[in-house]
Parts: sequence; C-alpha cells; structure tokens
Amino acid sequence: MTRFLLRKAVGMIGVLFALTLVVYAAFYLAPGDPAQLACGEKCSPAQVLQVRERLGLDAPVHLQYARFLQGLVAGRDFSAGTGLLHCPAPCLGVSYRSGEQVSDMIAARLPVTASLAFGAMVIWLVLGVGTGLLSALRRGRLSERLLTALTLTGTAVPVFVIGLVLLIVLCAQLQWLPFPSYVPLTEDPQQWFWGLLLPWFSLALIESAKYARLTRSAMLETLAEDHIRTFRAYGVSERHLVTRHALRGALTPVIALTAMDLGTLFGSAVLTESLFGLPGLGKLLVSSVSLIDLPTVVGLVLVTGFCVVLANIVADLLYAVTDRRVVLG
Amino acid sequence: MAPQEPTAGEARAAAPAAGRRQVWRRLLARRTARAAGLVIALLLLIAVAAPLLSAIEGQDPTSYHNDLLDSAAGGVPTGSLGGVSADHWLGVEPGTGRDVFARLVHGARLSLLVAVGATVVQVTIGVLLGLAAGLGSRLLDQLIGNTTEVMLALPSLVFAISLMAVVPADFPRPLLLTLVIGLLGWAGTSRLVRAQTLSLRQLDYVAAARLAGAGRWRIARRELLPALAAPVITYAAILLPSNVVSEAGLSFLGVGVKPPTSSWGQMLSGATTWFRADPMYVLLPSAVLFATVLAFTVLGDAVRTELDPRAASRLRVGAARQAAASPTGPPTGPSVGLPVGLPADEEATA
Amino acid sequence: MSDELLVDVRDLVVEFPVGAPAAAPSDGGHLRAVDGVTFTLAAGQALGIVGESGSGKSTVAAALLGLHQGTGARTGGSVRVAGVDAATAQGADLRRLRGGLAAMVFQDPLSALDPYYAVGDQIAEVVRVHRTVSRRDARARAVQVLDRVGIADAARRSRSRPHEFSGGMRQRVLIAMALACEPRLLVADEPTTALDVTVQAQILDLLHELRAETGAGLVLVTHDLGVVAGSVDRVLVMKDGRAVEHGPVAEVLGAPREPYTRALLAAVPRVDAPQAPVGPADPPRGELLLEATELRREFATRGGLTRRSAPVAAVDGVSLTVRAGETLGIVGESGSGKTTLGRMLVRLLEPTAGRLHYRGRDIGALGERELRSLRRELQMVFQDPASSLNPRRTIGESVADPLRVAGESDERRIRTRVGELLERVGLNADWYHRYPHEFSGGQRQRVGIARALAPEPRLIVCDEPVSALDVTTQAQVVDLLGELQRDLGLALVFIAHDLAVVRQVSDRVAVMRAGRFVEQGDADTVYDSPQHPYTKDLLAAVPALDPTEATARRHARLAAV
Repeated sequence: MTRFLLRKAVGMIGVLFALTLVVYAAFYLAPGDPAQLACGEKCSPAQVLQVRERLGLDAPVHLQYARFLQGLVAGRDFSAGTGLLHCPAPCLGVSYRSGEQVSDMIAARLPVTASLAFGAMVIWLVLGVGTGLLSALRRGRLSERLLTALTLTGTAVPVFVIGLVLLIVLCAQLQWLPFPSYVPLTEDPQQWFWGLLLPWFSLALIESAKYARLTRSAMLETLAEDHIRTFRAYGVSERHLVTRHALRGALTPVIALTAMDLGTLFGSAVLTESLFGLPGLGKLLVSSVSLIDLPTVVGLVLVTGFCVVLANIVADLLYAVTDRRVVLG
Repeated sequence: MAPQEPTAGEARAAAPAAGRRQVWRRLLARRTARAAGLVIALLLLIAVAAPLLSAIEGQDPTSYHNDLLDSAAGGVPTGSLGGVSADHWLGVEPGTGRDVFARLVHGARLSLLVAVGATVVQVTIGVLLGLAAGLGSRLLDQLIGNTTEVMLALPSLVFAISLMAVVPADFPRPLLLTLVIGLLGWAGTSRLVRAQTLSLRQLDYVAAARLAGAGRWRIARRELLPALAAPVITYAAILLPSNVVSEAGLSFLGVGVKPPTSSWGQMLSGATTWFRADPMYVLLPSAVLFATVLAFTVLGDAVRTELDPRAASRLRVGAARQAAASPTGPPTGPSVGLPVGLPADEEATA
Repeated sequence: MSDELLVDVRDLVVEFPVGAPAAAPSDGGHLRAVDGVTFTLAAGQALGIVGESGSGKSTVAAALLGLHQGTGARTGGSVRVAGVDAATAQGADLRRLRGGLAAMVFQDPLSALDPYYAVGDQIAEVVRVHRTVSRRDARARAVQVLDRVGIADAARRSRSRPHEFSGGMRQRVLIAMALACEPRLLVADEPTTALDVTVQAQILDLLHELRAETGAGLVLVTHDLGVVAGSVDRVLVMKDGRAVEHGPVAEVLGAPREPYTRALLAAVPRVDAPQAPVGPADPPRGELLLEATELRREFATRGGLTRRSAPVAAVDGVSLTVRAGETLGIVGESGSGKTTLGRMLVRLLEPTAGRLHYRGRDIGALGERELRSLRRELQMVFQDPASSLNPRRTIGESVADPLRVAGESDERRIRTRVGELLERVGLNADWYHRYPHEFSGGQRQRVGIARALAPEPRLIVCDEPVSALDVTTQAQVVDLLGELQRDLGLALVFIAHDLAVVRQVSDRVAVMRAGRFVEQGDADTVYDSPQHPYTKDLLAAVPALDPTEATARRHARLAAV
C-alpha cells in the first residue's frame, strides 16, 4: 500500500509537472503581450516596459518558467510598489491585476466550490443510487421503463438549462426558494444551506441521472452473473438478491466514479457558479480570463488539475478497498 | 447450459457478421431511435437551409430592431410572448431586437458544425494514437500513454475557457471552438482504442495471421481495424452530444463565438439577465438545445445497444478499476454535467 | 415415507423462447430443449445424466429445483422432488425445495460464488434462509460443513473470499454449501469439468463419501462418461432433449443397446488401450526438424504491491526433439506451461533462454522480419475455435491469407487451392464465403486446420485442439489429424490435458509439470510403466469407463492417502 501510494505520488508530480509545461507553453507563448495587458490599454510604452521588468517578463521564457517552478518549490520574492513581497512555498505567483497572491485568491474561493461540490454529491448519491436501486428492483415493469426514460432524458440536460429553468420556476415565479447566494457555513449554516440548495439540485439532478444509470446497469449485470443463480437456487429471495448481492456489486464503480467526479467538479463548476453568481473558483476563472490575468489562470489550471489527479488516485484506492480482488500495481 | 444460449465466443462471433444492414434495420425498428433520427435529420436540414429559412421569414440574424423594444421597460420586446408577430415568428431578442427565429436556425448551424467537427477531430486523433500505442514499441506506448494521462488530468473546461480567451480575436471563432473541444477531448478515444487493440492482439486469430507471415500493417488493417469500428462508433455517438453541450457551455460563458454570430449558448447567457421580463427568450434556446442533445443521446444509446450489447460487461467489477476509467466511463471532453457514457441497458427505453 | 420416490419426473418438456426481443418474448418461436424425459430416483440412489452439449441435460437438472420458473421458459409434464411439485411450487414451498430438500452444486466454482463476501458468510446466508437460527449458529454450521468437505483450518478459511481458494477448494466450498441444510438430494451439474484430472478424482471421491454418509440421493450431470462410471447407480443418456437410453450403469456402459450410446462410448479415448493405429504403425525416424535445448520462458509478474516482483518461469528448462512424420504428445495440467512451450516452438513467443533449432538453424532469437520466411513451415492449431477465426472474415479469406501473404495474387488459383484445402479437411469447397458463426465448433476447428495446412508446413503444433469439442467431434478431429499426418508426412506436437487423447495420437509423450518435463519417452512405455510419481498420480486419477474398474481405482486412491 505504501509503495503504491509512493509510486502514485511520483506519478502525480510527473503529471503536474507536465501540466505546468503545457500551461506555460499555451499561455505564455500565446500571442498578446502580458505586460501590455497587465498595465492596461492606455499605458505608454515606457510604462509597459517598467511593468514588464517588474513582472520579470523581460527574461527569456525558459528562465521565467524556471522562476515559476522555483516559486512552486521554494517560494520567491516579488517587487511590489514599495518593497519586496514574499510569496511562500507553493507559490503560484502574483496576480497581474490586483497584485494579490494567486494562492490567497484561490484559498478564498475554495470553500464556495467545495460547499457546492460536496452538497451536490450527497444529493446525487442519494437520488441516483436510490433511483437505480428502484429500477433494478422493479425491472420489467412500467415504472422501471419510466425511470429509465427519465434518467436518459436527465443525462441530456445541460446544467445551465436546468439551472435556468429551476431559477425561473422556483425562485422567480413560485418564490419557494431564495435566489442563490453564498454565505459561509461558519457564519450562518442556515443561510448557507438555503442559498446553495438550488445550485446543488441543478448540479445533482443531472449527475444523479448518470448515477442511476450506472447503478442500474451494474446491478443488472451482477444479477445476470452466475453467483446470483446459485443463491436463487438456494431459495434466497429476489429482494435479498438485489439489496445484498447486486447492490454490493454496484457499489465499487459508484464509489470510484464519485471520487473522480468530485475531483473534476472543482474545475467544472464554472457553469453553475457563473449562472448563479457564486464566488467560487469558476467565477474567479471567468473573471481572470476576461481580464487576461495569466498567473491566476495558470494557478487555477494547476489547482484544478491537482484535484483531478488526486481524485484518480483516490478512486484507485477506493477500488482496491471495496473490491479486494483488485491488486494495486 | 440451456442449449439456446450461445457461448460468449459464439455470440461475439455472431454479432458482427449480422452486418451493417441488419444493424440499420434493428435501429430503425426502435421507435425512440427513429424519432431521434428524425429530429436530427430535421436539425441538419434546418442547419443547411438556415439562410433560406430566415429569408423566407424575411429576416436576418444580425439586424437590430430597436423599434420593437420597450425602452421604458429597459428593452423588453413589445407585444406578447417576447414580441411574436407575423414578421418575427418567434419574437425578437430583448435589448437588441434581433430576430429570434433567424438566430435560432443559424445557431443550429454553428452547433452542429462545431459538434460534428470536434467529434471528427477527437476520433481521428484518438484512433491514430490509440492504434500507435497498441501496436508500436513499448517506448511509443509509454509516451502516448503518459500524454493521454496528462490530457485526462487536464481540467478541460478550465483549459478550454483559458485557451478561448488567449487566442486573438481575429482567429475564426467556430474553427477555434472546434479545435479546442477536439484537441482537449481525444484522450478517452485513444485509451479505448489502445485497450481494444491490446486485447484484440491477444486473440488467436491475430496469432494465426502472424503465423501466416502477415506484417504489422496487414494485421492492423485486416484483423484489427474492422473489429475496432463498432466500439469507436459507439464512443463517437457518446462524444457528439457532449460536444454540443460543450459548445453551448463555452458560448454561455462568453468565450465561445462572438456576436454577431449567433449560438444557442450565447442566447441563453443573454437570457440570464432577462428571464424575469421575457421568459420566452429563455425557453426557446433551452428547448432547442435540450431537444438536440436528447436526440443525439437517444440515438447514441440505441447505437450502443445495437453495436455493443455487452458494453456493460466490459464494466465488469472484476476487470479491475475499469469503471471510472474505462472506455465506457465518462468521456473526458470539456463538458460538465453532460450525457455520459454509461453501460448500455439492453432493453433501455423501448 | 421411505419407499416414496425421491425424484419423480414424468414427460418433462422445457421450451425456451428464441429469436424474440427481450421486450416481447411471445413474438418469437420456442426451442424445445427437453422433450418428454421420464425418470425416477429412489431415496439414496445416484443417477447420472450424460449427454453432449445441447442435449438438454443441464436443463433437466435446473428443472429439478424449479429454476425455470419466471425465466420465460415453458415447462410441461411433472417434476416432483421429495413430494414437492418443482414446476409450480411457490413461496415457502419453493424455498424449502431449493436448498432444503434438494441442493445444487454448480459447474464453475469461481463464478458460482459471490466474489465480495467470505465463503463462510455465504453458506451462513443459505442456512438462515432455511432454518431459524442465530447469525452465530449459522456461521458455526458453515464452519462445520466446510470442515466436513475437507477444507483445512475451516474456521479461519471460512473468512476468506472465493478468489483466495484454488479451483478444487472452491468446488469443495460449493459442495459444503449444498450440504449445509442436509438436503435429501444433491444435484451436481458438471461439478468437475473445470478441474484438472487429479482434482476431479478427489471431488468425485468426496461426493461418493458424502453420499454414503448422509444417505442423500445424487443426480450427476456430465458430458464425461468416465465421470459417471464410478459414481452412480443408474445412467440416463440424453441426445437432443430426449432420453436415449436409461438403465443401470453397468448395463448402459457395459452393454449399450442404443447405437447412439455405443457411438458415444466408442468415441471416448481410452487411456489404458494400446495405441490406436492413428499414426504410422512404426514411425519412421525422419529428418530432425525441431530441437529445443533447455528452453526457458519467464513472465514478469505484477503481483502484490510491488512494481516488479521476480519474474516467474512458465517454462523452465525444457529439451525436446521433433522429427518429420512423428507426433510428440505433451500432457500437463493447467498452469504446467504447456501452452507457453507450444507458442515458443512456433516462435509466437521468444524464449528467455535456451536454444531452439529448426532444421539446424537457430531460430530462438530471430526477429519478426527474419522469421517471416520461416513462418510457413511452422504452423499452429489453436484451442478455441471461436477465437481462432476472425469473425468478420469469411473462412475462405482466412484460409487464403497465408497464400496471399506468400505473394500469390491469381484469384482463381487461390480459390482452387482453398477449395482443395477445405475438402481435404472434410468441408465443402463451396463454403468459401461463409462466416465462422455459421459453423459448429468441430467444423471451425477443421477450418483452423485447413488454414494451418495452407502454407504447406512441415510441423504443426496443436494446442488443445479438441478440448473444446464434444467427444464424438473430438474423435473425428483426432482422426483427421492422424490421417493428414500419414498422408503429408507432417510432424505434430500435440498438447493436451487429456491423457487419453494424447495417448491416442502420440508416438512419444512428455509429461509436463510446473514448466518442466518430469517424464519423456515412448508413448506405450510412459503409459504402461510410468516412472515418475506424478505420472502415476495422473494415470490413477483418470476416470475409468468400467464401473468395476472405477470402484477398484477409487479404493486404490483412498488406500494410497
């Protein structure tokens, strides 16, 4: 186990390193002058030059990249207006626009995205696995066909469509829910909950359709396996077969997929956040992109990439834990 | 051991020889697949004939009609249902007064063009790299494998948004969208093709071809590629609707096509500020987008069921950590909350 | 109660829906899998149901437990087991029948158990279906029966999951599950098919013992006549869903009345028979074709959590020679490395160490490109006829492949040659355009042989060429191989797990175990006076067709323990 983790950690560092390379190549070699962008449209050439020097953009690209890596590993210093600004170890740089440290900006937004992701996860697991279980139990009947049709339809709705429709119906027309907003959990749990309820459901409804299909097909697949026939031949009841044996078989892929989805969600909550105006990582990304604040964008790509890689490892581990036939290697 | 049940091997052998024609026939026999096909055909027709259709209406997608807006109410269209009239069949856009019908049909054009183009890019790159990895030397396999790994770890939506933003505005946006979605989303196909190639290589008939003296290229062409067609088509059918959503999503976030080019996602993004005053304007693009994605999803589901009824069994729990990462797992395009490739259910919505 | 029949099956008919979509099973036709089978079994008796694949034997077994209920199958006639009507019983009656009165031992012991739960828990689950006992008592009963079937350290092993057991041990676990509720009837469906011959003997001995001890009746379903000989009192021979012959085991196997039974018996290869005249009576010592010296092949394992553990040698220092016109038989149980060896001999695999000479030339380390000119002389016939032909190409194309690769481009000459080859292996020359799925297993194997013959090879390695086939088909394919060898002067390497088949075809035999040859020599010498203890064990474990002989062997085995 330790060796597996060690190997995975090395692999993860490799992937993240490659990610920084790709990001640097893509953004820093892209047309457009970051110094000009950072300084603003109305800057004089002299001012642009000054900014370029201050941001270290006058150095060759490979040197810039080396400095960036150095910042990640050991931290680095920036000259900021009056004096030096020290940016400690995993240093993602400093925003061109606000002069704030990127890591601070991300840390400030992380709780929003995390609240969104974990809350949605709870709902999609309950709804999805429940629906999948139900449709496997009622297989062959009309209600199962309806559920299957419903989940197929569910997978086809883009999140910004369902979110928008729910927003109009539940908040604007019926006024059952408050308009979404973010209040930190530590501040007011109740407001936190109500403010996020609609975003959670918008995200979770679509995900739960996916999970219902996964659960159902994994269970049907297990039900078709030989060992189910064994227990049927020993008088074990259908209900017991589904809830004990088939569900157990479906558990492993569901758990692993959950881990993966959670990891991906940190990067892909953009649509939900920007639709509901939640100040999370996605919102930060969209605004940094429109301001062409490259260090922030690079930092966000790295952090979200890290989440995906981490989720992959966790999924592997969960696979091995829930299905001990799997050998980690 | 019931005699009517063919063994797994026999079934595997029987499926492909059923032939292309039979797959078509069986697809057509499914009512849902037929309906989905009809919707897609209609969409294609609309997309091709978009300029003609708006010309018949007597409108174009870019002209402003400020006279049709109620400036006192902040630019909401005058008249009922978002300004529906004989001249403007589906009303006009709030704020600008552009014709909604014309923008919708032109949006169909963009949506299909980008989605199909991106799918072609994804599948082409994926098949080529997957085959190369599966057949090439260990070094090549490792190189491609690691690249795929990095591509999968790429937070693709984040990356797509950023790329769309940094590329200069004079680069043709629809082409850029196609390339960005396509270049970020081939990893799944590549992994699928590689895995399939590796398992096909194990089969005795490939060994027999080697013993016959056939070279690598001949084996790839004669023995492997025909067997890869079904899983690749199946996977492409999953990618297509997810690419439709990706395009709409990027345009929704304002990094897709720029006005005056029209896109459903862009219309929806505008709708977020108007949904209280003009719900019609939200409803229309939502409905069209939903219908398109649903039609592609249903068709893809049917194709998968027909071509690969045992997709589910590839997701076997016993086959290690395949589910989350398997070819039948989620495609990894820059798409969020999208239709995802899940194991087929033989008797899915009939 | 005592004189009541344990099993009473009258005019049993089972039909399966075919060709209909799952959504509307009533649209399609029905296939009659079992057609009017009648038999009875008195308490404590054992019945063997024997037949080839598709004979409906397993369908009969399933009907005894009412397993066709709710599957869409139509059943007719009556099935009574211990007084319960298996076809119509519902609810508590059905549950009591399944596991309580009659218990099934399934074929594939790995897939027949839930991979996620400990075997003890699975048995306890069954116990709790039939008896109102506490969880702990059910668990104790599980350990008890596991101990009874010979699982050492049963209390600890009961916490292991199925994949942690070997094949034979898993089969014991399944038998333990069947015993758990002290049923009056055991139904065993091909209980030893997936097992090696030595393990098979152990399992059959165990079943025999348990029956003597508990007085339970036994219905043993198998394709292997040798398996029933020593294990049952009566035999029912089935063909195409009908009962062909039914009677006491000694009569049916000793003096069969029906032609089908006779044909079946004649087709069974006998390990004790002197060599059948398949090959040339006195094999000419032809040219030395293949010579392997200390061949070794390692595979990197990815076991455990380590990245690379020590490589495992599948073949570990094997030396052999093959001369033109002779057959070398290689016998080994699963995992002995025989397939790896076969693939090395035709250079589908590269040896890790050792030398491989073909007609004096070292071919052990040649690259793929250099091998190409040699390929046509060394061919192979594969085990699974389903995967050895490309399902997407016609059989004609598959057979023509070696010709085309060799540069033949005249379409008419190719057609003629493929037609000749197909006829040579007993197929119709007009079947060029047919696909593999249109053929039976035996026919596909013939296509495989035709393809191997196409480049006019000097040597063919046959890797378990008949193990996937029914016994009558098996005999035909073996005959074909012998005939081809005689006519064409081919050298054959015949790899199989079945000792009898190997004896039937081979001039010389090598016995393989754990990657090594433990014994090698003249076929008759090896079989009639085996030197190595492993060879002796193997031969002793082969089921005999003669019931008296089978009983004698069982006693010998039990005495040896």
